[in-house]
Amino acid sequence: MLKQTEGSQAVAEAIGLCRPEVVCAYPITPQTHIVEGVGALVKDGTLKNCEYINVESEFAALSVAIGASAAGARAYTATASQGLLFMAEAVYNAAGLGLPIVMTIGNRAIGAPINIWNDHSDSMALKDAGWIQLFAETNQEAVDLHIQAFRLAEQLSCPVMVCMDGFILTHAYESIDVPAQETVDAFLPAFEPVQVLDPADPYSIGAMVGPEAFMEVRYLAHHKQLEALEVIPEIAAAFEAAFGRPAGGLVREYRTDGADTVVVALGSVNGTIKEAVDRMRDDGIAIGSVSVCSFRPFPLEALRGVIGAAKRIVCIEKSLAPGLGGVVASNVRMALRGVQIPIYTVIAGLGGRPVTLRSLSDIFARAGRDELDDVTFLDLNWQAINEQLSRAREARHSGPIAENILKSLNPGGTAPFEQETRS
Amino acid sequence: MFQTRIHGRGGQGVVTAAELLSIAAFLEGRHAQAFPSFGSERMGAPVVSFCRMDDQEIRLREPIQEPDALIIQDPTLLHSVDVFNGLKDDGFILINSTRSFKELGIADFVAGFPAHHVCDVGATELALKHIKRPLPNAALLGGFAAITGTLHMQSVERAIEQKFPGPVGAANIAAARDAFEIAAHA
Repeated sequence: MLKQTEGSQAVAEAIGLCRPEVVCAYPITPQTHIVEGVGALVKDGTLKNCEYINVESEFAALSVAIGASAAGARAYTATASQGLLFMAEAVYNAAGLGLPIVMTIGNRAIGAPINIWNDHSDSMALKDAGWIQLFAETNQEAVDLHIQAFRLAEQLSCPVMVCMDGFILTHAYESIDVPAQETVDAFLPAFEPVQVLDPADPYSIGAMVGPEAFMEVRYLAHHKQLEALEVIPEIAAAFEAAFGRPAGGLVREYRTDGADTVVVALGSVNGTIKEAVDRMRDDGIAIGSVSVCSFRPFPLEALRGVIGAAKRIVCIEKSLAPGLGGVVASNVRMALRGVQIPIYTVIAGLGGRPVTLRSLSDIFARAGRDELDDVTFLDLNWQAINEQLSRAREARHSGPIAENILKSLNPGGTAPFEQETRS
Repeated sequence: MFQTRIHGRGGQGVVTAAELLSIAAFLEGRHAQAFPSFGSERMGAPVVSFCRMDDQEIRLREPIQEPDALIIQDPTLLHSVDVFNGLKDDGFILINSTRSFKELGIADFVAGFPAHHVCDVGATELALKHIKRPLPNAALLGGFAAITGTLHMQSVERAIEQKFPGPVGAANIAAARDAFEIAAHA
């Protein structure tokens, strides 16, 4: 049913439709509305046969999900940012054990400095833990990806993170079609475990593995992700057939046909990118874009396929590898191994800094003239940067960087440590 | 596309106001996107919310830079936050206040806009009268419908009713209707 609703609410309803048997919840901005929404569905009886457990931390949340999944229950949780880090050990555990848990990440920056707003540093911090990572471009896609995620996770016996931009998607109201229960039931069969803790047929799950077998276990995790490259498009196709609209898949191209410049990005920023692409195409500029939906496994061949004969790539990413440049860009470069074209990294939107149509259009135009550096930080306040660099050069005790930058953003304000050293 | 930006403080229902606008547009068969921009998450801190309405899918995900309309729920923001930033030359301004533009210190500024595009409505007073709480958000939407003509008043009422069923919704609708009348005849 088509409704005008909050992204988080729609996702909560989608989770409900997937009939999870155990939901373990710990709140953190910006995903709290999702777990609250699922809790409300359990409380009012809409979601039956679901044990909803309030736990004391994110580490507890995923640990409960691991136990539930190992016991044969369809398990779900959600987190973001610091919460994902707090459960980091369990994240690796779930993947290492091959448990088909689905978890929503309401993408949020990781501190320090403390920041509640959107970027991709949280999912990126755990990109190589062995989870499948899918990124939603819209709230509709977020709903649809969760439904696909349970089927994908259970088919491969591999946990899946569905990533959606915090605030930008989670807290946005838009029109979203929430499918009917019957359609979801037909698409998503009951969970049939590959392994299960069962007193009637007891065996252990979670053995210690030494040098004699660890490599093989890890290779099989790699193999599973490669298998996912085949299964993800299959499930996306089955979804489109069942629900009547495309969603998910590995990558989604937009006007890349004949494009000289191709922009690559993850998540909601693709909407704004498409607006920029349309305006530039109207001006006769050959530009297109690709939304990477499956970040893990990274779709090397699929991406290479849609990039085609482009002369340059611009990676717009909400993540940073300090000292190196882009995280996504490094993966894109791997996809284009052997192809000698510039891949420009544009770090944008960190900590929720708005990524504007105007700034993107300017960056794309400069890229088209090959006027960009390897790595560009979009819309950086160079005055504040240079003030801090001077401050740090002039005195040893120059104070905390974050506080200093905030002070320099206040007109007429000076950093406290400047005053102290002068007196 | 019609873009509305709403300014207020935490606790005044600024976020809900944008959501209500988006629901009203949805009920008219249009696409709408509403989202908030928070500073610190506390009561009294400045809050901005946004609503885009269009006849086609809205793909843009940036804060509204060039609003067609502004709703200012708290006039104390007028001189501490750049609420008018990017407002289109023929944009609409709706302010929650019973004071004149001169008393608010913005008479010269609003003189540059078409007269019928700018209005102030004592929405807090209307809210206190009907809802018994100083929550001006729904009332202001009645004024918004009147001056912009971009939403039918009936859609605004249905949106309020959908979000706040029962007597709370009815009271908010009454406040919104009063605001509509005031704005329509200002």
